Amino acid sequence: MTTTHQPAVVVAGLRKSYGETSVLDGVDLTVTEGTIFALLGPNGAGKTTIVRILSTLIRADSGDAEVAGHDVAEDQDGVRSSIGVTGQFSAVDELLTGRENLQLMADLNHLGRAAGRARVDELLDRFDLAEAAGKPASTYSGGMRRRLDLAMTLIGSPRVIFLDEPTTGLDPRARRQMWDDIRNLAAGGVTILLTTQYLDEADELADRIAVLDHGRIVAEGTPDELKRRTPGGHIRLRLADPQALRAAAALFPGATADEERLTLRVSGNGDIPSLRLVLAQLDDARIAVQDISIHSADLDDVFFAVTGQTTLGQEAA
Amino acid sequence: MSTLAYTVSDSATMFRRNVRRLRRYPSLTLLLIGMPIVFLLLFVYVFGGQLGHGLGNQYLAGHSGRAGYLNYVTPGILLMTVAAAVQGTAIVVAMDMTGGIIDRFRTMAIARSAVLTGHVLASLIQALLSVGIVLGVAVALGFRPEAGVLDWLAAIGLVTLFAFALIWLATALGLAAKSVETASNTPMFLTFLPFLGSGFVLVASLPAGLRQFAHYQPFTPTTETLRGLLTGTPIGTNAIVAVAWCVAIALGSYLWARHLYATRRSA
Repeated sequence: MTTTHQPAVVVAGLRKSYGETSVLDGVDLTVTEGTIFALLGPNGAGKTTIVRILSTLIRADSGDAEVAGHDVAEDQDGVRSSIGVTGQFSAVDELLTGRENLQLMADLNHLGRAAGRARVDELLDRFDLAEAAGKPASTYSGGMRRRLDLAMTLIGSPRVIFLDEPTTGLDPRARRQMWDDIRNLAAGGVTILLTTQYLDEADELADRIAVLDHGRIVAEGTPDELKRRTPGGHIRLRLADPQALRAAAALFPGATADEERLTLRVSGNGDIPSLRLVLAQLDDARIAVQDISIHSADLDDVFFAVTGQTTLGQEAA
Repeated sequence: MSTLAYTVSDSATMFRRNVRRLRRYPSLTLLLIGMPIVFLLLFVYVFGGQLGHGLGNQYLAGHSGRAGYLNYVTPGILLMTVAAAVQGTAIVVAMDMTGGIIDRFRTMAIARSAVLTGHVLASLIQALLSVGIVLGVAVALGFRPEAGVLDWLAAIGLVTLFAFALIWLATALGLAAKSVETASNTPMFLTFLPFLGSGFVLVASLPAGLRQFAHYQPFTPTTETLRGLLTGTPIGTNAIVAVAWCVAIALGSYLWARHLYATRRSA
């Protein structure tokens, strides 16, 4: 058996349509073992469909998909015993307590009585749920419920984990905590494929990102690669009056001025040396700047560049 | 462990989960058995005196009209209790299917049949408990069954088989429903069937069309058999017909439910 950096997920030519509507239009991707891979795209791009196919919930119309060495169409039980799935919708039993939910998963994973109980306690502690363990899940906050959901997914120590929009609907603090949990999982050697419509989330977590749009992967790479490929880094200056704006615009050929807002967008990668240079030139010309801000190319720019859409998540599902 | 051992173990786990849910949510069960109890009180104390007189000596067996009617109506009420209890089955199955947890179960390497088996077995416990409670109420009102040990065993067996059949039907209805609200309504017709049979009045007293229907619907032979076992009225071929109905409903519903479970995808 080879163990070093086998791909944990291999997908080739995946297609799926419902009636006339094509949801996946030939998707290829490879996720290296032990890494975090983000599928980024707006609602309706096909992210969830990919997760549902890979987790054996639905079948693809055509194409091949392998998870942890098991074919998703031929060896469903093999796939199922290697994966953990946390879906978009809470998959906890609301009437059971946190502990009972975890115990249910331990039993279904056939962990045995003692080992199961130990694993339940361990996960309750790890996800900061020990205190609420005896309360019904229906009384949990959104963040707690999501943590319980993830803990339930981890009971069987899956090698590959699918997280479908793991932080949608969470408040900023719960979101940070979920990010930490996801990072810790990856540090433990688990392969994670997550979907998100948040650029910062993909940027923050993923080793590699695939941008999905209308059922196709339109860009793929590390976050840095994607940003480097995309123009978009700039310095934005705000000036006191139209006169100053024109004077400043004359200093920087190629800069775009916004007469109404009195701003000037100066291209550049937004790093410190280029900022110094800009400030020095303004000083020499004795132009007073009211406000200055730096924009490095972010995944927003990437997304705009590859799909022609400005914001994610605005498009209706 | 072998596949069979896994199936048994997973089904037992799912059974425990559902029993725990029923215990944590007793209001559903209480709500469901409230209806047959209300009908029992209504029919015995409001209509019973009058209706009892129409039964004839074969059913009254020396009792007054109201006491005789209590004996007559109790078996029908018990089957109505089963019909009411299985509404709960449809509701909890639909709750599972429309919630996120079913996708979790489907992505785990667990025995395929365990989810439904767990529901059916827990519902069976719920239905039999409900019947026990309603029977207790009937006894408190003065219902005095004349059944011997064998009759009791046969009666319990019949009610269990009948409940098993209706639970599978309700499971299929719960799977077929698009929402929990739909699932709580679709099995409701079952609770009306005792009225359109021999549950409350003699079939012979019904008008022609209805009498035909009453004659050929499953509640009538089941009611007649249960009544015979508990109060000693003649059973005849009703027992065989009742058992045949139960087996047919259970088998058909099981196949339907299995098909729905395998093909249905949740939201």
